[in-house]
Amino acid sequence: MSRALRLLGRILLGTLGVLLLAGAWEAYKALGPSNGVLIGDTTVLPRTTDLAMPHVWEIVTKFSDPVNSFSGTDTVGSVVWSACLFTLKLSAIGWVIGVVVGLVLAVLMARFRLAESAMLPWIVLSQTVPLIAIAPLVRRWGSQIHIGGWVWSSENSVSVIAAYLAFFPVAVGALRGLRSPDATHLDLMHAYGVGWWRTLVKLRLPSSVPYLLPALRLAAASSVIGTVVAEVSIGLRGGVGRLIIEYAQSAGGDPAKPWAPILGAVAVGLVAAGAVGVIGLLCRPYRRGEAT
Amino acid sequence: MISSSTTESGTAVEVAGLSRVFPRRRGDDVRALEDVQLTVSQGEFVSLIGPSGCGKSTLLRIIADLDAPTAGSVTVFGKSAQQARLDQDYGIAFQQAGLLPWRSVADNVALPLELHGTGSRARKDRVAELLELVGLGDFARAYPDELSGGMQQRVAIARALAESPRLLLMDEPFGALDEITRERMQGELVRICAETGAAVVFVTHSIPEAVFLSDRVVVMTPRPGRIIDIVDSGPGDDGRRDDDFRDAAGFFHTVARVRELLHGGPGAHAVAAIRGVENR
Repeated sequence: MSRALRLLGRILLGTLGVLLLAGAWEAYKALGPSNGVLIGDTTVLPRTTDLAMPHVWEIVTKFSDPVNSFSGTDTVGSVVWSACLFTLKLSAIGWVIGVVVGLVLAVLMARFRLAESAMLPWIVLSQTVPLIAIAPLVRRWGSQIHIGGWVWSSENSVSVIAAYLAFFPVAVGALRGLRSPDATHLDLMHAYGVGWWRTLVKLRLPSSVPYLLPALRLAAASSVIGTVVAEVSIGLRGGVGRLIIEYAQSAGGDPAKPWAPILGAVAVGLVAAGAVGVIGLLCRPYRRGEAT
Repeated sequence: MISSSTTESGTAVEVAGLSRVFPRRRGDDVRALEDVQLTVSQGEFVSLIGPSGCGKSTLLRIIADLDAPTAGSVTVFGKSAQQARLDQDYGIAFQQAGLLPWRSVADNVALPLELHGTGSRARKDRVAELLELVGLGDFARAYPDELSGGMQQRVAIARALAESPRLLLMDEPFGALDEITRERMQGELVRICAETGAAVVFVTHSIPEAVFLSDRVVVMTPRPGRIIDIVDSGPGDDGRRDDDFRDAAGFFHTVARVRELLHGGPGAHAVAAIRGVENR
């Protein structure tokens, strides 16, 4: 009973948060100067014209409007919905690849000091390369891959780029987690005459869970961002990234339209983070130490 | 008065000419142990006592093959320390209980059995038996974070006893407990040792604890860690180690003797001795 009440309370709080945000948007739009707030020549708060800040209800009703005046079939909502599913699928694949690669790297680094000193600087360095720069490279290299009847597609490139962002937090977080067992626990395993790999399974992996879960959540957010950016820079159709660019071009005549795919991208990110939350629930026994 | 009161035939641990040097960068190496000789008979309870930094834990770790000596030899039941470790000839408990937080009490006790391939049926029976032995029969399904420090330590002792070792190595297992819990745990340890007949090497820096528990108390000095003397600590007049023994004249006499040895060392050691040893 009290659990159901608590759940209801959380749902209400969440709804209240969204409503507050919408209220703040409308309040600023109503009260703020139409040219925005300027300090010198720099705009520090945006213009409040209908072009810059469409009304919240216009953004919401936009989802049920047809995409354009020529085809009366698809609504903006249904197009954004299928684009979101497309993007979610690619980023999920990217997340899985990133998590597997990150875990393998972390285990290697935890096992061999040499591997850590050889790889860790490069892993950190890899994240300083702009995504825009590597996206076309990945596509070009990928397009030369043909295995049997299978041909590398642009979708594969997008997932790989998402994985490129996602593997980093996993590798770093898992490495810390694998190093986290107490000296007493390691002594105990040694006293039992257990080798490194069995210690990994029985001790190091379970005790890395509290470090791994935030890393997985970060990886989920990163892979969504990676997917959207890669869709834009590769020019892949079908996903939210492309839709954001496409709808931005019609912002002049239809200012509410670009907000639809942006909200869609936010929703994809929330779903991805929520999925990791479910993993966290499944790993509950391994998180007993977290509170203390 | 070095003596060897053997309660059973055969030796459990034989340490001869043992030294351990921890090398440091600028050449001022730490001589943790120097020329240590020690024999522990089967079924005998031996305590190592001395101020912090006298190498008593290092000695225990070397017997457990968790550390290697610089010179000298260690044999455990006639084998090398490494072989004894691989054969699971000893059980070990540390100052931290070291329970795995994601395993229930029963699963923690079962850990060594599980790692060494005991069948699940035999495992279950043995765990129930061990939890009964340490008085935690009702807590099999609890998790370590739900237990008090003393209860956690009892689980750790049950785990150390899981494979019925003939030797128990204990590194200040009651060091983090309050005085009342500590005395009760000491009483239980005496009972458990009597029931299992295992030899025990017990590291502590509490003089009354060492005297209460041990057949012999090994008194050590720091830097380099050496054995000054080994004191016999006979049980009370009725031959039992119980709460009456704590009030017996013989108990106070032995405590005074150990304290004298700890404080009466060469001047340089006296200060460290006063700082590092509990006289409670």
